Amino acid sequence: MRHTISVLVENRFGVLARVAGLFSGRGFNIESLSVGETIDPSVSLMTIVTTGDDQIIEQITKQLNKLIDVIKVVDFMDIDHVEREMVLIKVAPKKNDKLEFLKLAEIFRGRIVDSGPTTFTVEVTGDEKKIAAFIELVKPFGIKEFVRTGKVAIAREGIKKK
Amino acid sequence: MKKSGAEILIECLKREGVKYIFGYPGGVILNIFDILYDDKDIKVILTRHEQGAVHAADGYARATGKVGVVLVTSGPGATNTVTGIATASMDSIPLVVFSGQVPTMLIGNDAFQEADIVGITRPCTKHNYLVKDVRDLARIVREAFHIASTGRPGPVLVDLPKDVTTGVTEFEWPEEIHIRGYNPTYHGNKWMIRQAAEMIVKAKKPVIMAGGGVIHSGASKEVRELAEMTKIPVTMTLMGLGGFPGTHRLSLGMLGMHGTYYANTAVQNSDLIIGIGVRFDDRVTGRTADFAPHAKIIQIDIDPSSIRKNVRVDLPIVGDVKNVLREMIKILKEKKGQWAAVRNAWLKQIEKWKKERPLTYKYDDKIIKPEFVIEKIYELTKGNAIITTEVGQNQMWTAQYYKFDQPRKLLTSGGLGTMGYGFPAAIGAQIACPDAVVIDIAGDGSIQMNIQELATAVVNKLPVKVAILNNRYLGMVRQWQELFFRERYSYVHLDVVPDFVKLAEAYGAVGMRATRPDEVEPVIKEALKIKDRPVLMDFIVDWKEKVFPMVPAGASIDEMIFEEEEEKPEKKLKAVK
Repeated sequence: MRHTISVLVENRFGVLARVAGLFSGRGFNIESLSVGETIDPSVSLMTIVTTGDDQIIEQITKQLNKLIDVIKVVDFMDIDHVEREMVLIKVAPKKNDKLEFLKLAEIFRGRIVDSGPTTFTVEVTGDEKKIAAFIELVKPFGIKEFVRTGKVAIAREGIKKK
Repeated sequence: MKKSGAEILIECLKREGVKYIFGYPGGVILNIFDILYDDKDIKVILTRHEQGAVHAADGYARATGKVGVVLVTSGPGATNTVTGIATASMDSIPLVVFSGQVPTMLIGNDAFQEADIVGITRPCTKHNYLVKDVRDLARIVREAFHIASTGRPGPVLVDLPKDVTTGVTEFEWPEEIHIRGYNPTYHGNKWMIRQAAEMIVKAKKPVIMAGGGVIHSGASKEVRELAEMTKIPVTMTLMGLGGFPGTHRLSLGMLGMHGTYYANTAVQNSDLIIGIGVRFDDRVTGRTADFAPHAKIIQIDIDPSSIRKNVRVDLPIVGDVKNVLREMIKILKEKKGQWAAVRNAWLKQIEKWKKERPLTYKYDDKIIKPEFVIEKIYELTKGNAIITTEVGQNQMWTAQYYKFDQPRKLLTSGGLGTMGYGFPAAIGAQIACPDAVVIDIAGDGSIQMNIQELATAVVNKLPVKVAILNNRYLGMVRQWQELFFRERYSYVHLDVVPDFVKLAEAYGAVGMRATRPDEVEPVIKEALKIKDRPVLMDFIVDWKEKVFPMVPAGASIDEMIFEEEEEKPEKKLKAVK
């Protein structure tokens, strides 16, 4: 099962290495990771996406909690939440395809953030499925490169157990 | 008052109650050693290798329960501590290791004697620090001791760049510390404890499994009270030996790979395992799928990540073992069970197993059996010595034949299995307990891994005894090769073993040798009389002797090989392949 885990940590040097080392030392994979400061500048929030069976996820959350620099761990599995990821895609559509590509971007509420003589760079935000669908649909137009931010997640107001 | 980083460090150590530092000086740490030169309260034990310093601090910590302190220089000084730190980490031993570091402006430049020791030790410390500002030093030292000694104890490393030790600031001792990401759970969930008590009441064939957590928590009295009240037999892991008296009629001795027949059989037939401060290591459980197949498992541990890590657990209780047991005993007392009547059949069955296959070896009057040496040491020290071991056959025979009745009497590297641990650990224990008899039970292989510490013991006039079970082989590996590799003794014959008697004398220690069984007792007696120098006792033992019973790696713990059937272990081994 794929889990999105949010980890509140001390905003200090070396903390990311501790978290990453915890995964690598046990052969667990991090699928995506994003880190940023919170409203309290002494605290950072990491959002980690990882895959594993119940026992592995239990170990991951327990081991994270065991790190001295980790303040709080939330596994969003059983929590109603909103997830978002952003992707920047550089596409080089053929001349005749340009309009069609721009329409497609519009459907996905994408924004063109850069354009050159032969390329467009489009910014799309959404959950995992939307990003995956967009990438899939853009492929035939000729993707030159793309970059993803990794997922961030936040609980919905009035947290309910599913 | 303004103080330098070095002065602040020493002041902090005094406030933490530190009396001994185990260390080795070098370039970037000199400012601290300079302060220690004329300090009256803290004594530095100069070892001959940094690994020895860490093991000695570890032995000091295990013998007392206090935090062991190490001070080394940067680069190789720091990297030499890694095995010692990993050893302490695996066995949850409280240590604070201070390492020197190149000046902050040079960090990352591949400076002379620079090593990223914080990076290197990250996975084998409970926590570590790089101090970047002298103003953080006092707080960090305070936190380091707090983290090392509370919750599930463990080693903490503090890396001290040279400019931090020379930097000057106002000294403020933080009376209170608060680490928001660190709040160990000390009191178990009451509802869970009640559930556990119910399970104990209902169980017909329960077994208590006591581990290192019992020793760390100081809960041996509670384990004994629980066992005696509810008439439950107790087996111990290697780390738990002494947590319950080995001579008690409810004791099953050690379980696992070289556990007793009756301990392993009881566990496999039990209907309830009460795991107290154990992580269910693979050396204890054998093949986990077949571990205690009929039993429900209760696991009590202060470290939530230990729970359900290796085996299925029916009822977890996170908390300090001592607190949880006290609560549990209180609840069970109210139940006023007819324990003796309830347990009668189970205890009778266990007595039968004990009689069926006791721990035995074949005594020989011409050649010394290693088990005989340990029995004699046990007898002549009346079971009161502090025993350290190396790793391998010496360690397992000690666990089997020395009956530990008290906690903190067996100091052994259980988790990491570090050869070379026992001798420096014995030095640390002797410093902590100057009046105790401290004996390292060693092999001729292991003792050579930290033999240089003989000088440390001689200089400090420590009467540490070393009993070398000298079989000219890396015995445990040889045993595996004999049993599982068709007697292909690949690189385990030590061939040239030094003359340990001469070696001891060269260092200014006493050396003795026994080659016949009747010489064993006089040698030990003579050694016990020496109070001002270390003694090496070289026992030339039967090289063919193996540790039995034995559960092959990957087998279930009731698939044991016994001495009498050693000729044909294949039958038992089928299950493994």
